[in-house]
Amino acid sequence: MTENPFPLSKDDLLRAYRTMRTIREFEERLHVDFAKGDIPGFVHLYAGEEACATGIMMHLNDNDRIASTHRGHGHCIAKGVDVHAMMAEIYGRSTGACRGKGGSMHIADLSKGMMGANGILGAGAPLICGAALAAKVRGDRGVGITFVGDGASNQGTFLESLNLAAVWNLPVVFVVENNGYAESTAMEWAVSCDSYVDRATGFGMPGVTVDGTDFFAVHEAAGEIIRRAREGGGPALLECNMVRFYGHFEGDAQTYRAKGEVEALRASRDCLVMLGERVIEAGVIARAELQAIDGEVAALIEDAVRAAKAAPLPAAGDLLTDVYVAY
Amino acid sequence: MLNERIKPIVMPKWGLSMSEGKLTGWLKRPGASVALGDELLEVETDKITNVVEAGDSGILRRVLGEPGTVYPVKALIAVLAEPDVPDSEIDAFIDAYAAPATGGAGEEEEAGPRYHFAETPAGTLRYAKRDGTRGESGPAVLLLHGFGGDLDNWLFTIDALAESATVYALDLPGHGQSAKTLADPTLAGLSKAVLGFMDAAGIDRAHLVGHSMGGAVSMRTALDAPERVASLSLIASAGLGSAIDHGYIQGFTAANSRRDLKPVLETLFADQSLVGRKLVDDLLKYKRLDGVEAALRALSAALFADGAQAEILAGAVAATGLPTLVVWGEQDRVIPAAHATALGHAARSVVIPNAGHMVQMEAAGKVNALLKEHIGTPATGTAT
Amino acid sequence: MSRKISMKQAINEALDLEMRRDPTVIVMGEDIVGGTGAHGEADAWGGVLGVTKGLHAKHGDRLMDTPLSESAYIGAAIGAAACGLRPVAELMFMDFMGVCFDQIFNQAAKFRYMFGGKAETPVVIRGMVGAGFRAAAQHSQMLTPLFTHIPGLKVVCPSNAYDAKGLLIQAIRDNDPVIFCEHKNLYGMECEVPAESYAIPFGEANVLRDGDDVTIVSYGLTVHRAMAAADALARERVEAEVIDLRTLSPIDWDSIVESVERTGRLVVVDEAHPRCNLATDIAAYVGQHAFGALKAGVQMVTAPHTPVPFAPSLEDLYVPSAEAIAAAALRTLAPTGTTPRSIAA
Repeated sequence: MTENPFPLSKDDLLRAYRTMRTIREFEERLHVDFAKGDIPGFVHLYAGEEACATGIMMHLNDNDRIASTHRGHGHCIAKGVDVHAMMAEIYGRSTGACRGKGGSMHIADLSKGMMGANGILGAGAPLICGAALAAKVRGDRGVGITFVGDGASNQGTFLESLNLAAVWNLPVVFVVENNGYAESTAMEWAVSCDSYVDRATGFGMPGVTVDGTDFFAVHEAAGEIIRRAREGGGPALLECNMVRFYGHFEGDAQTYRAKGEVEALRASRDCLVMLGERVIEAGVIARAELQAIDGEVAALIEDAVRAAKAAPLPAAGDLLTDVYVAY
Repeated sequence: MLNERIKPIVMPKWGLSMSEGKLTGWLKRPGASVALGDELLEVETDKITNVVEAGDSGILRRVLGEPGTVYPVKALIAVLAEPDVPDSEIDAFIDAYAAPATGGAGEEEEAGPRYHFAETPAGTLRYAKRDGTRGESGPAVLLLHGFGGDLDNWLFTIDALAESATVYALDLPGHGQSAKTLADPTLAGLSKAVLGFMDAAGIDRAHLVGHSMGGAVSMRTALDAPERVASLSLIASAGLGSAIDHGYIQGFTAANSRRDLKPVLETLFADQSLVGRKLVDDLLKYKRLDGVEAALRALSAALFADGAQAEILAGAVAATGLPTLVVWGEQDRVIPAAHATALGHAARSVVIPNAGHMVQMEAAGKVNALLKEHIGTPATGTAT
Repeated sequence: MSRKISMKQAINEALDLEMRRDPTVIVMGEDIVGGTGAHGEADAWGGVLGVTKGLHAKHGDRLMDTPLSESAYIGAAIGAAACGLRPVAELMFMDFMGVCFDQIFNQAAKFRYMFGGKAETPVVIRGMVGAGFRAAAQHSQMLTPLFTHIPGLKVVCPSNAYDAKGLLIQAIRDNDPVIFCEHKNLYGMECEVPAESYAIPFGEANVLRDGDDVTIVSYGLTVHRAMAAADALARERVEAEVIDLRTLSPIDWDSIVESVERTGRLVVVDEAHPRCNLATDIAAYVGQHAFGALKAGVQMVTAPHTPVPFAPSLEDLYVPSAEAIAAAALRTLAPTGTTPRSIAA
């Protein structure tokens, strides 16, 4: 093996690949099972966007909090939420991360610092300001990361949160996951500014734009602004330009997308393939090592689906529990 | 101006907060002959209903108060006089009476019991003090309430005893408006707090009147500091036997709602209708203060663990020869009235019918008379 | 020891005592300190009506002024609560709920259920409610029914200083999100309040007056009107039992039903708009659970189905009056088909 040219150790690179592969496998499997009618409700898939969640979350520990979006599976996996619990939740089982009461859009694991996927666009931003405030009051050097899509970046809650975080000098990083579409509406049309860097500047904080399909670019940019926030330097905004491999939700015919658009993106901007090729080309990791991970992850997801399908449904009595701590 | 042969009967003031009372009914007819201590009428306050006893004797010459009507404290509601006092003098007395009832309010307030706070080694303790009302101040009497009680348990006692003594009523640590932290939740600890209070208030020696747990504290004090105790009056007292209704102690400690507390409080009285809304509310207000539940639990664990009284002092107290009065309500459901004879010939023992654990409230007139007699003649008050 | 203080002072005292007791309690809101970043006096306002005055001097940065940005700071209070603090966020006028309600009803109220019982959100959102302040349609509403509708929220509306202190302390110690409604026209009203800390448990109504003829249930400012009505009724030899709900969610159904089973007559008074409010809720509950005890139809006395008007002459007609409450009580006592007497309350 040659010398490692990357700023991450081989172990960290393997970990990053495993995380991204796990997200991809999880989402691809949901795509198939949802079409079969096995999964209730609706799901929003993160396939194609794995580098963003993974590149950012590698800088975080369980004491750091994230607030996610309706497209939250990738954030959950990257933040360390148990894959079996997630799958069971999406299948509406009592063994789910939320005992079957949350579903795909509300997966949370507070013990991992994952404050919840969120069905309300932009709602995570004020919450993460509070998480960051709690860290600041306690002085525990924790940071808060809130994810928002390009669509929800227009929400008042998000914009107010940028201001509040700047005014209170909170350790928050606002991550705009710009995949070009607010549901079906183009970002170019719906977002009035030319650049999210300008938007950040308008709120008195630094803004950085990176290629969100480039794991290394995300990892480097996130590392710097997270470190800055952790050290009391205040909030920042990180825009990750990325691609969505599937529709807004499963079942979306995506007629608003140009013919061949998705195929072209899969061929040229698949972040998982790009990461794999980079580390193999550099001679840091052998293809066989990655293939071994692929096999392990496939088995993990297969087992998660099997376990979810075998798990009991919530009992009728669960309908009425957990509304209050005490009432 | 006041004719000394004419004795006014007024709406009484029971405790510091009472401003008015409802006359619920007369127990004597106009023209009846009334002896000292006779039951005259019933008054209902927002706290409790009680009988007003005659403080003088004479003929009930004029009844002014109407049943069902609310009167302010000290309002004239009837007049006693001997038969030979002419009606015209009585009319003049009544006409003249209105002025002192309203005009002298400030002065009257001065004479009534007042709340004070003393800084003691056991923390800040609240107490009420009433100087003797008839001439010189008289001996000091210190009233000690029971578990979960406070100095207002002596609502009907303070004024009566103040006729011949300087009366103090204390909120024990963990109770009423005193500090809620208990350094030592045992009888010895509470007794030490009482002595600390006596030091702070400048009381060298006092007649101790203790109700329930306060009785046991009085006994402990008499044993630990005999030179500070002139006599003992033990009312439904703890410390005379092992039996106690543990359900009451646990229920009182745990209750945090009106619904839970009311039935618990009803076990305190022979006449359960005495437990009114205000009584329950006031106790809830006390129980909700931070530290109270912890204090009650600590006391309960130290004094009444496993459903029995931990310290029985009867033998030791009987051996002191200290003048001692024991009073019980026959229908006491918290501590059995059988304990009244625990001191044998070393004490005068009186069991009062139709009264429960709160006998000093339910049969206030009888208990007050016994206390006055006991405290007034402490030197000869033994072995009646 | 106990002394007379106003409801405003009682709320200030509750915040002060809880901040002393628990370092995780923080207080935030618009102008609750006042003058932050400006060049004049520190602690310039202490809230628009001075409720938090003096707390900044005692607790420093744990009292935080916010930008005028309700969505952001109410959400931040909720997020901080989910991360182990006990924030008290002041919404100034509860009418401003409109701009941040998502954070309250979709976030705070649902976390515990959505996350399978694994979240606790001990946040208190306090704000002024109620009419009579000449503050017009957007600063005067009694929006309590909006909050009681939402599972996961607790809703409190004290009628006096003693209750305000004990209920706010309970709200801060409570592990669920609490909407704490303070009637602005009660801020100056005084009563006996212990100086010590105490918590009043939620879900226990306060019976303010005993009576066997008719039950009057209310909360907040109109409790005092109900008491005035009861006094007027007593002069007519009608004894009304007056129940102050104190907390609207949870609500003390047992006390209401127990009373109605004794009196057989019910008047429900609510300063909220008449449709789907506490009055209709209670009337329906009693109709379902104590129908056999009722000797007359339940009477509801509420604000009208209009916004709160500005002109004092109109606003005075808006809030249920003691006269209207007494008249409603008499209607429950009138034989069917007769016109009840009216009395001056």
